[in-house]
Amino acid sequence: MTASLVDFDDVVERYDPMLGLEVHVELNTNTKMFCGCPTGFGAEPNTQVCPTCLGLPGSLPVVNRAAVESAMRIGLALNCSIAPWGRFARKNYFYPDMPKNFQTSQYDEPIAVDGWLDVTLDDGEIFRVEIERAHMEEDTGKSLHVGGATGRIHGAEYSLLDYNRAGVPLIEIVTKMIPGTRERAPEVARAYVTALRDLIKSLGVSDVRMDQGSMRCDVNLSLSPRGSGILGTRSETKNVNSLRSVERAVRYEMCRHAAVLDAGEKIVQETRHFQEDTATTRSGRVKETSEDYRYFPEPDLVPIAPSAEWVEELRGTLPELPWARRARLQAEWGLSDEELRDLVNAGALDLIEATVAAGAPAGEARSWWVAYLAQQANAREVTLDALPITPAQVARVIALVAGGELNNKLARQVVDGVLAGEGEPDAVVEARGLKVVSDDGALIAAVDEALAAQPDVAQKIRDGKVAAAGAIVGAVMKATKGQADAKRVRELIIERCG
Amino acid sequence: MGTRLDVPTAGRAPGVAAPVIHLLEGPLSAAITRDEVAHLARLARLAVTDAELDVFAGQLDVILGSVARVGEVAADDIPPTSHAVPLENVYRPDELRPGLSQEQALSGAPASEDGRFRVPQILGEEA
Repeated sequence: MTASLVDFDDVVERYDPMLGLEVHVELNTNTKMFCGCPTGFGAEPNTQVCPTCLGLPGSLPVVNRAAVESAMRIGLALNCSIAPWGRFARKNYFYPDMPKNFQTSQYDEPIAVDGWLDVTLDDGEIFRVEIERAHMEEDTGKSLHVGGATGRIHGAEYSLLDYNRAGVPLIEIVTKMIPGTRERAPEVARAYVTALRDLIKSLGVSDVRMDQGSMRCDVNLSLSPRGSGILGTRSETKNVNSLRSVERAVRYEMCRHAAVLDAGEKIVQETRHFQEDTATTRSGRVKETSEDYRYFPEPDLVPIAPSAEWVEELRGTLPELPWARRARLQAEWGLSDEELRDLVNAGALDLIEATVAAGAPAGEARSWWVAYLAQQANAREVTLDALPITPAQVARVIALVAGGELNNKLARQVVDGVLAGEGEPDAVVEARGLKVVSDDGALIAAVDEALAAQPDVAQKIRDGKVAAAGAIVGAVMKATKGQADAKRVRELIIERCG
Repeated sequence: MGTRLDVPTAGRAPGVAAPVIHLLEGPLSAAITRDEVAHLARLARLAVTDAELDVFAGQLDVILGSVARVGEVAADDIPPTSHAVPLENVYRPDELRPGLSQEQALSGAPASEDGRFRVPQILGEEA
C-alpha cells in the first residue's frame, strides 16, 4: 500500500487522467422489470416480492413495456441509436443479493448505443461526453450485514436479505473513455452526472435521488503518463452517492494512482469503495485474474425488437430537454451566461419559471428567489425548493407590490409570514395588518408632524432643496411603522411645502 | 475458435463488453482442461476433488462435443439461435399484480430474521 498521495497540481503536470463513468438509474415504473411487484421505496422487507423476483422454480419473467419505453427515451435523449434487435442475458454470480444466482441484464446487445451528452462546466464551457451505451437490467436486493462492528461485510457473522428492490428496473448508462479532461477531470465528472440527472428528471422516468439510491455512480479512472499514449490500469470506484462525491472520488483516485505509479508500483485492477466521511477510497474486491459471469442469452425472455415506428413515437414524446429550456429561458428573461448559471446552480430555475407562469414579471420573480428567499433558505440550511412557500404565493406577493398594496419592506414581512406557516399572502396581510397606508388623511397628519419636528429641513425643502425631503420621508415611514406608501409621502411633502 | 468458458473482462475499457460465450458457435477442438473445470467449479461454489476433475473434464468434453455437432449441420446462412420459438416483443403492461406476503415469501427459507432471509457469512466478496 502506498501511504501518501501526490498533490493534485503535480498529478496533472505529469499525468493525463482517463475517465469513465457508469451511472445506474432506477426507473420509477409502477412495477418491476420482469414481474408485477411494486417498486416503492421504504416498504416493510420482503413485502414487494413474488415467485419471479424471488427466483422460485417454475416462475417466468415477462418484460415491463413501460420500462423498455423509458430506456428508449433515455437513449434517444442521449442522442443514441436504438438497437433494432436485442436480447437479455444472464449474468451469473453467486451472491445472495440475487436469489436467482444471476442478474438479468443486457450484455452485448444493449438497447441504446453511441450517443453523447453536452455538459456545461463551471465557466460555461461546453464539454461533450460520448456515450458508449445504455442498457436495461434489474436491481439487486438489499443486504444487511449483522455482527461486524461497522455494519460492513468484513467481520459480519451473517447477512439478512430484503428482496423488495430485487428486480426493480435499472438503466445503466456508460460513457466512452473521456480523454482530454486534464485538471478538469473531477469537474467534468460532476458536471456530467449533474447533466445526466437533470436530463433524466426532465424525462420523468426516474426520481434520480442519489441520496435514496435511485441514481448511483461508479467512477472508472486510470492515469497515462503525459504524452506517452500508454493507457494505465484502471480502478473502479463504487458507492459514489452524491454529486460532490463524484468530484472528490475522481480527485482522490488521481492522487492515489499517481502515488502508486511514482513509487514504481502497479495499479491493482480492483473495485474500490468511496468513503463519504474521509473522501477517500478503500479497496474492495480484487479482480484477481478475471471476472467470469458466464453471460449467455436469457432463454426465458424473447428478443426486444423495437420497430422504427415505435422509436419515432417515443422520440415524439421527448420533452423540451434541459439545455434547450435553459437557452429559451435565458433569451426570454434576458440573462447573461453568468446570471443563468447562478440560477441553475442555486436550483432556482424551476421556481422562477413557475413564479412567472403564475403571473409575475421575470425580473421580479428572479429577484425574490435569488435574493430574499435565497437568504431565508441559507439561514434555514435548506435548498430553495424546500422553503415552505410556493411559486404561486411568491407571485401573489409580487402582484400585491405591483398593485401598490405592499411596499418591499412589507412584502418581506408577508413572505416571512408565509414561511412561518401563517397561510396565504393575503391572509398574512390581513392578520398582521400589513397594508400600505395610502390614505391621504392619515399620511398628511404624519407629514405635517414630521415637518413641524424638523423645521430646518422643512425650510430647505421650501427653498427648493427637494433632496432634503428624504429625511422627512424617513421620519414618516418610521412613524407609520414602514406601512406608508413612500412615493405618496414624498408627493405630499412637496405639496405641503409648496 | 474453440469454446471459451471463461471470459476475461479485466483490462477492458469501461463499458466495452467482453465477448459472449456462444457454446453453439464454431468448431470445437480444444479439450476442456482440468484447470478449466476447477475454475468453473469455483465459480459455481462446488467442492470438486482431484479425481472428480478428471472425470468431469472428460464428461464435459463429451457434452460439448455432442452439442458442437450442431455446427456441422448448421450452414452459414443459419444464425445461432437462443430461442426455440420465433417470437419477439412480448411485454406486459406496467400494472401491479398481487405478490406474496412476507410470511409466504419467507416460508421456504432455511432461516429468517426481522422479515428478512438470513444467509451465512459471506466471505471474501463484496457486491
